Amino acid sequence: MSGDQKATTTDARTDTLSWPDRFRQLAQQARDTRLKAFYEAGCVAPETPVKDVPFVALDFETTGLDPNQHSIVSIGLVPFTLDRIQLGGSRHWLVKPQLPLHQTSITVHGITHTDIYEAPDLAEVLDDILASLAGRIPVVHYRNIERPFLNVAVKWRTGEEIWFPVIDTMAIEAHLHPNRQPNWWQKLRGQQPVSIRLADSRLRYGLPHYPPHNALVDALASAELLMAQVQHHFSPETPIGDLWL
Amino acid sequence: MQAELIEIRNHLAQHAPFDEMPEETLDKVVSSIEIAYFRAGAEILKFGERNAYLHYIRSGAVEMYRRSGELYNRLGEGEIFGQYGLLMSKTVRFPVKAIEDSLIYLIPEEIFQYLWENDDNFTDFVEVEDRSRLRSALSRREKSNQPMTARVTRLISREPVTAPNTVRLQEAARIMTEQGVSALLLMDESSDQPRLSGIITDRDLRTRALSEALPSETPISDIMTDGLITTTTNAFIFEAMLTMLHNNVHHLPVMENDRVRGVIALSDIVKHESQSSLYLVSNIYHQQDVKGLKQLSKEVPNTFVRMVNEDANSHMIGSAMAGIGRSFSQRLLELGEEKLGPPPVPYCFMALGSMARDEQLVVTDQDNAMVLDDSFDPAQHDEYFLALAKFVSDGLAACGYAYCTGDIMATNQKWRQPLKVWKEYFADWIENPKAEALLNSNIFFDLDGIHGRTDYTEELKGFIAGKASNSQRFLAMLARNALNRTPPLGFFRTFVMEESGKQAKTFNLKRRGTAPVSDLIRVHALACGSKAQNTFNRLKAIGETKLIPEDGVDNLRDAFEFIAIVRIRHQALAIEAGREPDNNVRPEDLSPFERSHLKDAFQVVSQAQKFLRFRYNAQVGRNVG
Repeated sequence: MSGDQKATTTDARTDTLSWPDRFRQLAQQARDTRLKAFYEAGCVAPETPVKDVPFVALDFETTGLDPNQHSIVSIGLVPFTLDRIQLGGSRHWLVKPQLPLHQTSITVHGITHTDIYEAPDLAEVLDDILASLAGRIPVVHYRNIERPFLNVAVKWRTGEEIWFPVIDTMAIEAHLHPNRQPNWWQKLRGQQPVSIRLADSRLRYGLPHYPPHNALVDALASAELLMAQVQHHFSPETPIGDLWL
Repeated sequence: MQAELIEIRNHLAQHAPFDEMPEETLDKVVSSIEIAYFRAGAEILKFGERNAYLHYIRSGAVEMYRRSGELYNRLGEGEIFGQYGLLMSKTVRFPVKAIEDSLIYLIPEEIFQYLWENDDNFTDFVEVEDRSRLRSALSRREKSNQPMTARVTRLISREPVTAPNTVRLQEAARIMTEQGVSALLLMDESSDQPRLSGIITDRDLRTRALSEALPSETPISDIMTDGLITTTTNAFIFEAMLTMLHNNVHHLPVMENDRVRGVIALSDIVKHESQSSLYLVSNIYHQQDVKGLKQLSKEVPNTFVRMVNEDANSHMIGSAMAGIGRSFSQRLLELGEEKLGPPPVPYCFMALGSMARDEQLVVTDQDNAMVLDDSFDPAQHDEYFLALAKFVSDGLAACGYAYCTGDIMATNQKWRQPLKVWKEYFADWIENPKAEALLNSNIFFDLDGIHGRTDYTEELKGFIAGKASNSQRFLAMLARNALNRTPPLGFFRTFVMEESGKQAKTFNLKRRGTAPVSDLIRVHALACGSKAQNTFNRLKAIGETKLIPEDGVDNLRDAFEFIAIVRIRHQALAIEAGREPDNNVRPEDLSPFERSHLKDAFQVVSQAQKFLRFRYNAQVGRNVG
């Protein structure tokens, strides 16, 4: 899901523990076997150079923007490292939303009632999803969708929450363009505000236009964007701890 | 493949060699793809490194280099690289660098191998040698044009009608009427094996017998045509057509070894190739004045377009157009002689340049000259020949063959000279070669007698062939001139790419394409003492002497054919669109097929120029665009 919304929720926990330590702790605490296995796969140390980090680009299409009111409709993910995206490992699932599909969201992602009629409940594919995420750092464009939605969905089905670090390619763009609104002088000269939406951000790196609003294609688009961001603004040696949130 | 990746599949499906792949195969390719991103300036493939992927440019642009660091190619969206290494040694032969931020789809070698083994179109496209790719492209084209490649036997509808050559005129006419044929073959039956000795046609009966009021008892051998022009059973219809065009005959006996299998008439071919160039040519000879010829000349572009649409190859089209031009000249000379009276001394009217090479197209000017008998006396005779030359030249101009800007026309006194003076000219060009002067006289080394004492031209051809092959300085100078015009390196997006890396909007397919080839082939042909004029025939002659290795000959032939046919099609399209045809091409006017194979052809020409420089030790002169 890509959007230009301001980050309204802060990350739920501001533990002093590092992510690898938290994963070890969570692995012990988790009662659900699927979650346990996810945590046991571990998390790379914050000082790991980004070139050595296994990533997974993740994107959801949802019925709306509020995880407590809306549901996930589809999930796309693509495993990758900074030098290679493996299309062969990409996955896409349609899942049955718990809440009604709004006409407005249909117009956005194009998934209709007929499509999801046959779709499984997220619980049935949770195994697969968690296995695909295990041991990898998720990459999203706009962190306030995927993590909170997955958290609510997992909690609703297992009674437990799920925690993991993410790389947010939109946050990276926001960081690179702190003054996105042109000042009065620039406005006078016709300067447009800098957009950090997924498609617009990709343009700045010479990445091709992909049709938006398909979870798998958007995931792929964010994976490519991160590759480009690191090559242009960071280094393969940049520690992952500098980028994750 | 995940159905959601259809966007990637669609992109591949728009570009060769993926554009003709079945969907299941494409799905297999997409599922295997790995994606990499390279910033502008980043090295993608290093020389000698192992490469296990076919690279497909999804966005951005790259440059390929030779090992020497010389620019080899510039590629953009939808183009592939890395196949050379995959096919050969699995190591990189041409290093590649991103010149823009580039997103590359990588297709692993197992899939490449699979495609290579299972998809012929893919295999053709990624062939290691550019040359073989060009050949397969040409042969695919040829396979698809059945009508033009039909053999003459298809036109033979009956056993030949023959008579002994001892029959009398009336008997011959009776046989022809009874059998309903327009030509009768006359056999010499004096030996055990009857032998074809002559032919008599309806037209002959009219012009040679009736109009002369010959007695019906006249022996047929008195008026029959002997020294027959024939064709063979394995000849193509277009070849028979060219033979008719060239010799202005309307009937051709078809021979199988020493036996006559049948006769084909002009009308048979006209029926087969209705509205063909032959029809136009036969009409030319029926015109009684310049006005009539001018009217008829408006048909020339249509005939040209028709041949292109029938998928004729460049040799057929070039010969047919030259045949038409030759016929206009011949008819004008006949009309001129009718008007001015018979020539005071014998002479030969020569065609020069593309007409002489049988490589004429629609955009052409007239290049001609006169070789006069050595008894020519300027004071007494030149007035006549100037008037005749002027009549022909003006007539040609009226028929769309523009005056030669370099004044290489028989109207120029310098090019209206006795045979002995022509020999002096050629001796001087060959024995005292000067680059500048040779540049202007190049055109005289493509010559063909088209009217009158054509043996004068044959004598000159022999004279040139004898002298040229022995003059290393002349050949070196000619080679140097042949290197003045080079082909472009290739194309990049909407630009023409030069070896220097510079880009241009258009290029001239004649100056940068066909002309460099015919120039360099002329040098080799003169070096091996060939009297052939046509580029393909010269190549054949060169091949026989082993002056260039055999595959070199084949490659050049393919390259020339391909460039020529693209040029021809470009002109045909302009004519159909109601535009003035020319030789300037913009890359966006070319199909992806044409672009990719033109690049291969340019490569061949470039190699051939390097060989020419080396072979004749030619110093490189100035560069003419």
